Formats: sequence, structure tokens, C-alpha cells
Amino acid sequence: MNRIIKFVILDILRNKIILFYTLLLAILSFSMFSLEDNESKGLLSLLNLILLNVPLVAIIFSTIYIYNSSEFIELLISQPIKRNKIWISLFLGLNTSLVISFIIGAGIPILLYSPNLIGIILIIIGCIISVIFTSLAFLCSIISRDKAKGIGMSILIWLFFSLLFDGLIMFLLFQLADYPLENWIAIIAALNPIDLSRIVILLQLDLSAMLGFTGAVFKQTFGTSWGILISSSLLILWMIIPFMISLIKFNKKDH
Amino acid sequence: MIRSPLFTILLIIICLPICAKNIHVGTKYPHQKIKKALSEVVDGDTIVIHEGTYKEGNIIIQKKITLLGINNPVLDGEKKYEILSIKSSGVIVQGLIIQNSGFSTLDDPGGIKIYNCDNVIIKNNELSNNFFGIYLQQANHCKIENNRIHANGVEEQLIGNGIHCWKSDSIIIVGNKINGHRDGIYFEFVTNSIIWRNISFANIRYGLHFMFSNDDAYISNVFKNNGAGVSVMFTHRVKMFNNYFINNWGDAAYGLLLKEISDSYILHNRFINNTSGIYMEGTNRILVEHNAFNENGWGMKIQASCMDNIIRENNFIGNTFDISTNGTLVLNTFNENYWDKYEGYDLDKDKFGDVPYRPLSLFSVMVESNSSLMLLFRSFMVSLLDKSEKIIPSLTPENFIDNKPRMHSVVI
Repeated sequence: MNRIIKFVILDILRNKIILFYTLLLAILSFSMFSLEDNESKGLLSLLNLILLNVPLVAIIFSTIYIYNSSEFIELLISQPIKRNKIWISLFLGLNTSLVISFIIGAGIPILLYSPNLIGIILIIIGCIISVIFTSLAFLCSIISRDKAKGIGMSILIWLFFSLLFDGLIMFLLFQLADYPLENWIAIIAALNPIDLSRIVILLQLDLSAMLGFTGAVFKQTFGTSWGILISSSLLILWMIIPFMISLIKFNKKDH
Repeated sequence: MIRSPLFTILLIIICLPICAKNIHVGTKYPHQKIKKALSEVVDGDTIVIHEGTYKEGNIIIQKKITLLGINNPVLDGEKKYEILSIKSSGVIVQGLIIQNSGFSTLDDPGGIKIYNCDNVIIKNNELSNNFFGIYLQQANHCKIENNRIHANGVEEQLIGNGIHCWKSDSIIIVGNKINGHRDGIYFEFVTNSIIWRNISFANIRYGLHFMFSNDDAYISNVFKNNGAGVSVMFTHRVKMFNNYFINNWGDAAYGLLLKEISDSYILHNRFINNTSGIYMEGTNRILVEHNAFNENGWGMKIQASCMDNIIRENNFIGNTFDISTNGTLVLNTFNENYWDKYEGYDLDKDKFGDVPYRPLSLFSVMVESNSSLMLLFRSFMVSLLDKSEKIIPSLTPENFIDNKPRMHSVVI
């Protein structure tokens, strides 16, 4: 298993796209911090960029990588190795390399410019988002045998979580404005890992005072130690469940 | 020698101040108690209080005298009494440390309380841990100068105000430093007064609280880190010049809250790092000129109930939202302001942008109508919406516009 992981990591790290991704993150983070005059604003702009780019790269790169290594997977299956092991080590290998390139590209600038709790939380959230969207990529690529279909699906998933979901929330907020349902809508928003990460970071910043009533609701639900437990377990579920489904499907797969 | 009655009277008038005597109070002096000395003085005398701690309960001054502290004598109210009650005009209190007044919401005891009299001067004192610091009640022509007033209030209802003025006229409050009270300075029915060069910080509620007080001015004060900033309500003709409103962050905190104000001037102030720089409600005919709004959540929140206000030649720099409003009716004028978010150009080089600027972002309008939308604050969706609204304005009020935005910031 270790050998497969090592092989996958080495293969990805040699890939030019992942190098380009690391470089892009580094340039973006350094320029964000030097453009904004204080580090908390730099963190905020960087947060927006991370929440937009990291999921996109993670899900599309992983989907394409899995499709491209289908022959390698078939070769491994023909060997006396358990199917579980192949799929898990592929997952771990992809994650490790994406997380490493995120830490090098964005983590180092963040630690240089803003070495505090919020910076560390932002790095952790970036890593978690990478893992979640890789996990979703595994699900996409196992659902469809067709590469174009799989990639389309993964783009749709990214679009849904970063744009359409917020539109849905906005729609709900306006439609249900007459009812005292803010708490419920806040909880629904927390189901989206991107929204949840954004709000977790915002609550840590001074800006949380601007969130007003909803901010208070969120602080009550997700700011306490119970809340942190709930939100991190939500994120962990997002990391595990899509991958588990794909693992079951992979084990049953017959070609 | 001339011996006329007129000359005698003149002589008496000239000698009168010389006749006034000093009575010393202290451990090494004939009088050990202030109250004892008070019973012996006549109008115009001075009681010189020397070093030491005096626990004499409530000291009532009913003569026109001067209380002068040497080497910071301490008057202690033992958390039971009001300490100094001034009931005579022309009293001067100087150089004392007054601490631990009693606590009562029925008769509001203060460190120093002035009852219905005029021309009192309170100068260079330190007031610590009193329920109210200095309390003026129907007092006119008084001067409160260079006092240090502090307390460790925790809850609003358990502590009084630093300087509390009620139904007074022509008061001067200069150079005081106030912290830890409910409101730093409180004005109710106070007219023709001036608040100048005070620092009011870390108070539980407002740094300055103003109600029904016409024709006052506050100039060159610093209000920072107060629970809810500064609030000016139900007042006409107020002048607010050169003040600093800094770091008033919180759910219901405002740099400056204006409610039912008219015919006033807000000039040359700085609003830095507040949740809302200025919040206006029912405010009419106000000139807001040459102010700096930096790093606020909202630069100005102007409710639709405001009219005929002029907002010109201000700087809006680094605010999350420059302006927000809750209606479509706009009866205020914006002109020649500098907006750091302005993206226009200046072809004719007259230092004003050629394209009008709309300071209202779509999201801020939407949040005013549905506050829960802040849930989507800083999301990708919202920035897309704002961008499209900037290009084709359709939902934001049509006439909410600065026709002559500056290309460079105003020097303030």
C-alpha cells in the first residue's frame, strides 16, 4: 500500500500542473498580502481566492488524474492486491500531494504575513477543502465511465457549492423572510463546506460584528466548543462519505 | 487725608480678598476633620486639605469657599455616602482624590454633586470608583477641568456616568479623561455648553450621550473603545468639530449615532474602525463636511427618514460598505467626496471624476431589507451580484449618487 502511495505522489509531483498550481497559489497569496495594507484584510481577500480556486483545482485535477490512471488501476487490479487498498492509496496519494502543494503555495505566505490563530485556521481549512473536493472527485469518476461526463459532473459540483448553493440560500432567505427561520437557514448554509469554512473564518475576524443577528446565531451554534465539534465533524463527514460511497462502488465494479 | 464713606467702602472691597483666611486640615494641623473646618469658615475662605485619607461620610458645602488639596489628599466615601455635595455658588474644588462613593439608584450619589447653584469650578481632581463621577443638577456657568475620572463598571445598571449634567446651562467641560463608567459624559437638557479636549474611552455604554441639549458644541475630543460609541439624540444646533471616533466595534456600536437631530454641523471629524461610522435617523439639515471615514464596517448608514442633509468633501477609505440606506427615497445630497472604490476617470483633468459614482452597493441595500443575508457576506455570489449591479444599476436607488466624485482624497 505504501508503495502505491509513494508511486502516486511521485507521479503527481512530477506533473507540471501541480507545480503550476503551487506557483499560482504562492503568487496569489504574496500579492494579496502586499496589496492590502493590513494583514487581516489580506487574509480576507485570500480567503475568497482560496474558497474559489482550491476546490476547483482539487476536484478537476483529481477527476482527470483518476481517469488518466485507469489503465494503471486495471493493471493493479490484476495483481494480488486488495481492491480497498488500491482505491485508498490512490486517495491518500492524491490528497497528500494536493495538501503539500497547498501548504507550500499558500501556507508559507500566510505563516510569514499572519502567523496567528486565524492564519493557522485558514491553512487547516484550505487543506480540508482540498480533501473534501478530492473525495467528491472520486465519487464523480466512479459514477461515470465516460471521462467527459465525469469531468462535467465535477465542474457542476464545484459550481453548485461555490455559486448555486448561495443563490439557493438567498432565495430561501427572501421567500421565508416573514418567518423566524434564520436559525434553520444558518444550519442549511453550514451544510455547504465552502460556506461553513467562510463563516468560520469570518467569525474569527473583527468583521463578525457586522454579521449582526445571523452572526450571533452562528456564533451561538458554531462558536462554542460544541459548535466547533459539530462544524468539524460536518467537515469530516464531507471528507469521508463521498469517498466511502466511491469505495463501495469501486469494490463492486466489474470492469 | 480724605475721609469719605466712599473711600472706606473702596478700601474694604480691596482688602476683602486679603481678609479671607486659609484654614488648614491635616494630621499635623489644628483641624483634623474637614467637617470641623467647614463649620468655622465664612464665604471666601479656603480650606487647605493636606495629605491623608479622610472618611467623613457626606460633606455638604453651603458656603462660597475653595477646597484645595495639597499632595493628593483622599476623600473616601466607604461605598456608603455621597462624598462632596455642593449647595453654594462659587465653590472651587481642586486637587483632591475622591473615591468609593455609595451606590443607590434612588438618589444617584456622586463623587461630587452640584445642586442648583452656579459658577462652580471642579479642577485637577481624581475621581475613582464612584457611582457617578461629577453630577451637575441645575447648575449654570460651571467649569469641569482636567479631572481624571475612572471606575471599573461591569454592568450598565450598576454604575453611573462619568460627568453627568442635567438641566444646566453654559457649562464648560475641558481636558478630562474618563473611563469605565456607564456613559463617559452625559448631557440632558443642557444648553449653550462646550465639551472640549476630553478623552472618553472604554465606557460601558456611550463615550458621550446627548439628549435634548440644544446649542452645544463638542470639539477636539477623543471617543474610543466605548461599548456603543457616541450618541446624540433629539437635539438642535449641535456643532461637532475635530473629534476622533475610534474602535467602537460591536453588534450595536456606532461611531456616532444621530437621532432626531437638526441644523447641526459635523466638520473635520475622524471615524476610524467603527462598525458604523455615522448612523443617522430622522436627521435634517445637517452639513457633513471634511470628515474622514476609514476602515469602518459601514461608513455611513443613512435611514430614509433623513432629509436635506449635505454630505460633501469627505474621504471614504477602506470601509467595507461606504454607505447604506433602508429605502428608495433619497433626499440628501452627496457632492465632491472622495471614494476609494471609485473606478472612473478624469479626462478633463479638473481633479473630479467624469462619471458619477454610486456609493450604494447592491448587497448593502439587500442587507438593509433582509439582515439575515449577511450570512452570504464575502461570498462569490455576492461579489458577482455587486459587480453586475455596478455595470447596470437597476435595483439601487437611482438618485443616490455623487455627481462630482474626487480623484484624490481631501486634505483634512
